[in-house]
Formats: sequence, C-alpha cells, structure tokens
Amino acid sequence: MITVRGVSVRLGERDVVSEVDLDVRGGEWLAVIGPNGAGKSTLLKAVMGLVAHRGEVTLDSKPSARLKPRERARLVAYAPQAPALPPDMTVFDYALLGRTPYIPYLGRESAHDREVTASVLDRLDLAAFAMRRVGELSGGERQRVVLARALAQEATVLLLDEPTTALDLGHQQQVLELVDRLRRADGLTVVTTLHDLTVAGLYADSLLLMAGGRAVASGRPGQVLTEPLVGRHFDAHVKIEPGPDGRPVVHLVRGGP
Amino acid sequence: MARQAGPSRARPLWVASALGVLALCMIAGMLDGAADISPWQVVLQALDWLPFVHVDSGLAPVEQGLLYELRLPRVLVAAVVGGLLAMAGAGYQGVFRNPLADPYLLGAAAGAGLATTVAIVLLPVSAGSIPVAAFLGAVGGVFLAYTLGNTAGRSGGTATLVLAGVAVTSFLTAIQTFVQQFKVEELQRIYAWILGDVGGGWDQFWLVLPYAAVSAALLLLHGRMLDVLSVGDDEATSLGVRAARVRFTVLLAASLATAAAVAVSGLIGFVGIVIPHVVRRLAGGSYRIVLPLSLIGGGAFLVLADLIARTVIAPAELPIGVVTMFVGAPFFVGVLRMTRRAAL
Ligand SMILES: Nc1ncnc2c1ncn2[C@@H]1O[C@H](COP(=O)(O)OP(=O)(O)O)[C@@H](O)[C@H]1O
Ligand SMILES: [Mg+2]
Repeated sequence: MITVRGVSVRLGERDVVSEVDLDVRGGEWLAVIGPNGAGKSTLLKAVMGLVAHRGEVTLDSKPSARLKPRERARLVAYAPQAPALPPDMTVFDYALLGRTPYIPYLGRESAHDREVTASVLDRLDLAAFAMRRVGELSGGERQRVVLARALAQEATVLLLDEPTTALDLGHQQQVLELVDRLRRADGLTVVTTLHDLTVAGLYADSLLLMAGGRAVASGRPGQVLTEPLVGRHFDAHVKIEPGPDGRPVVHLVRGGP
Repeated sequence: MARQAGPSRARPLWVASALGVLALCMIAGMLDGAADISPWQVVLQALDWLPFVHVDSGLAPVEQGLLYELRLPRVLVAAVVGGLLAMAGAGYQGVFRNPLADPYLLGAAAGAGLATTVAIVLLPVSAGSIPVAAFLGAVGGVFLAYTLGNTAGRSGGTATLVLAGVAVTSFLTAIQTFVQQFKVEELQRIYAWILGDVGGGWDQFWLVLPYAAVSAALLLLHGRMLDVLSVGDDEATSLGVRAARVRFTVLLAASLATAAAVAVSGLIGFVGIVIPHVVRRLAGGSYRIVLPLSLIGGGAFLVLADLIARTVIAPAELPIGVVTMFVGAPFFVGVLRMTRRAAL
C-alpha cells in the first residue's frame, strides 16, 4: 500500500531524514518509534508530501509525486502531532473539514458529506458533542475529534502522528482500540508514530525504529524491541520481557545511564 | 435526528436576524434630522421606492426629496463601507490566522490612503480611477506589513504582525501627509476625505458598488476554504487544498474591499476587528457564517456610528472614524488580552 524508497529530507542545514525505506501492506499497522528528534514526524510528512524530499513515495502503486492534491487526500488522511484546533468552530464543522477532498473548490458539502461526518461522530461517541465548540473540549475529546476529521476523509491510509500523547491510560486505550477496530472493519492501512514502546509493540504488526534520521531496525515487534537495540538508540537502561500474549513489554530499570 | 441538525441549520436564522438589525439601524439612520418624520412614514416611503410598489407615506415632496437625495444614499454608503471593512477584516484574520488582523491595523487602509492622495495630487483624475489606485495601495500596504512582520522574527506571532502593521501605517501616513502638504490647493478635498465621510450622495454609492459586489462575492465564496486554512497549512494541504492559492485570492479580495471602502470614505478604523469578533462569539467560528454576518453586521455598525457622528455634537459633525475608534480601541485591547491569555 505504501512503499518508500530512499527518502531523505533536508531542513535548514540538517539531514533530518536520511535514506529511509519502508513498506506497509494493505490492512497493516506500522508503528514508527525512536527517540525525540529522530525524524519520525518528518518522515510522516514526507509520506504525505508535506515537505520537500528526495527519494520515492508510492501510494497504492501510484507515485505520490504525480498524484493531484485532492486525489492524494482521498487516499491518505493525516493527523499531525500538534493539530491546530480553531477554538470557535463546532465539532461538527471541524469534522466536516475531512470531506474537503470531495467538495468542489468553491462548492458546498452535499447531504452525503454530512451523513458521513455524522456517522463518524457517532462511531467515536462524539454525536453528543456535535454542536460544542472545539475550544471547550478536554484533551482526550480533542484527540478523538481530530481522529473523526481524519476518518471522515474516508481514505484507505491513516497517518497518525503521536495520536495518544497527552492522553491518560484509559483514553490511550480507547483511541488505539478504536483505530484497531476501524482497521479491521474497513481494511485501513495505519502508520502511527508512538513514543510508548510497549504500546507500539502491542498494537502494531511491525515496527520501524528510527534514530538520527535513519531507519536502524524494522520488523515484527519482537525483532525490534530488544534490549540492545532499545538500549543503544534510546540511550536507556531497559529490561524487555515477553508479555502474556507473547508481545514484548519494555520496563525501565532504575539506575540507568 | 439530532445529529442531522448540523450547525449550518442555524445559519439562515442568524442571517435573517442580522438583516433585521441592519434594517432597524438604517431606518434609525434615515430618521434623524430636523424634519419631523415618523419611523412608520420612513418604512412606508422605503416600500414606495421599491419597484412596482406604491404606498402613500403621507410625506410632502420636500421631505421625500430630503430622504431620497440625502438620507438614503448616506445610509447605504455607510452600510456598504461598514460591511466591506468588517468582511475584509474577517478575511485578513482567516488568511493570517490572527484575530487582530484588520484593514486599518495591517497597513492596507494606510496604503490605500497614500495611493489615493497621490492620485488626487499628481494625476488629474476623475473619481473613477481612485478605487484602482487605492487597491494597488492596499495590496502594497499589506505586503509591506506582512514582510516586515515575518522578517522581524517569529517570536511574537499575533502581536508581531500587528506591530509591523502599525509601523507601516505610521510610515505610509507620514508620506501621505508630506504629499498632501505639497499641494495646498487640494488640501481641503484631501482632508475631507481622510477624516472619513459617507455623505457623498448617490455618486459615492455608485462608485463603491461594483468593487463592493466583486469583493464581497469573492470573499463569501471562500468561507469554506478559510475554514480549511484555519487548521494550518500542513493539514490544509493534506486535505487536498492549495493553501497558497487560497491565501492569495482571499488577500486580493480583502484588499479590494478595503480599497473600495477607503476610496469612497477615507480611513475608518477598527470595524474589521470589532464586528468579526462579536460575530464569532455569537454564531461560532466558521467563516461560512462569520463572513456573511460580518458583512451585514459591519453595515449596521457603521450606519449607527454615522448616526452618532451626526448627532452627538449637533449641529456640528464628528468624523465617523472618530466614533469607530472610540468604540474600537478599548475593544482591541480586550481582544489582545484574550488572545494573550489563550496563547499562554
Ligand atoms: N523546520 C525545521 N527546520 C530545521 N530543523 C527541523 C525543522 N523541523 C524539525 N527539525 C528538526 O528535525 C529533527 C526531527 O524532527 P521530528 O521529525 O519532529 O522528530 P520526531 O518526530 O522524531 O521527534 C529534530 O531534530 C528537529 O529539531
Ligand atoms: Mg514527532
């Protein structure tokens, strides 16, 4: 579904992403992990075509560079790490923005667009919030509203940058379970960056570990979440054990470096 | 059921209410004056002016003439100019994602003012070419303020753009003063125009109307696009929108609106901040409702401001710009405080 070959991004004087390859098959969930500043967010932006980059990105076997903006937007939905939420806009109006790729430039949304938006809000338990102003929502509600906008886009690929930052345990689980359910129900392909390694290993089919702009490891969670790899690239002292379902669980060890 | 009741269901109601307020303000604006005319007679007379409608308002021909030749164009020009300034303010706010953007503070009005003065002084122009000069000046003023705000550093955000706008406004106004003193014989004409004036009769109204129609149509059509821009450039791009193109178009339309307003009625400040802000508080932040309500609300506001300007020290008149600043400046401080607090 997504193929990335030799993608590099240069911002200012720095190579923020260098020669990254990745493959995500349809219906798969890839989590990009790595320390702060590793280039995870920038990689996602490059896949979405939001930053100038070298190398090739292929979406649904079409070269991304040759897709028209609206075509790409129907294929891939993106939620940034720190989305700007216009505080005075209502939840419904905000989620409706996800329908933009289907509405003519100066036209207005159709009844169908409104139905899709309303049903997405329903699915995310946000129907009761539809008329509320976005600025009045809690952190967890905001994150769901952003997800609602991305889902209203009805794209087959979801790129979510840190969808669970600033969420408490329960809301983290709620959002991730939801993404997982949607992926299974609608066959969505999901790429997320996640900073919680255990959570990443728990939900994703495969992991990509980035450090210093390079992809330093990739594969099944058990192959990437190993004590040497995590210890080296996060500069942390960790203990990794298989959890109840066999997926790795990462523990911090006191008295680390 | 409830979920189908999207916010836009409420829009026609808001627009209808705003139009009602505007009508009331216009009737009030036509009423004032020495002649003894009742509100009801004004309403009847207004109906009588409509095509194919004949009503007897009971007004003497002299009174009818007074209403038609003086009051009606005055109220209409005030409404159009106020609507344009408020809508241009909303447009600039959307483009710069800055609630303090305003034609007056951004340097657009000062640019238009300078260009208009230069046109009056240097070219033996007819009134018709003034809006064109004003448009070029408005675009130049915004461009200057925006470039200066960007190079001055990315620290301030909201405040930096406004500071740059104030600097540009002062600078352009200084040049304008220089140019106008150059040509003493035109001073009277220029002064009358700068202080803000909506009493230019039907000529003034017909001069502004085509520019008003084009810019208003363009801005109203871009409401949904401004909503998309409000989530940021990256997200707008990810939604398939060419953000730069939308920005450019809206910027031109807002500058055209500013130029039209400035060209006929001089520098009138703060309408572009006060009205969109009130509208947002009342009817929500979607530009699809903010733009039309600003157009109507700005019209009502300026008709009232003109009424106050004519009556408060009667028989003398205050410049209308003085009235809007009197209301607008404290308001501006309030909005600044609120955005500061929200940014913390
Ligand atoms: N516009 C920019 N100009 C220069 N450097 C940038 C820019 N944006 C991000 N960076 C740098 O690129 C690196 C990677 O950033 P990012 O992709 O956000 O990392 P991550 O998401 O992995 O934490 C960081 O060191 C950051 O400082
Ligand atoms: Mg990041």
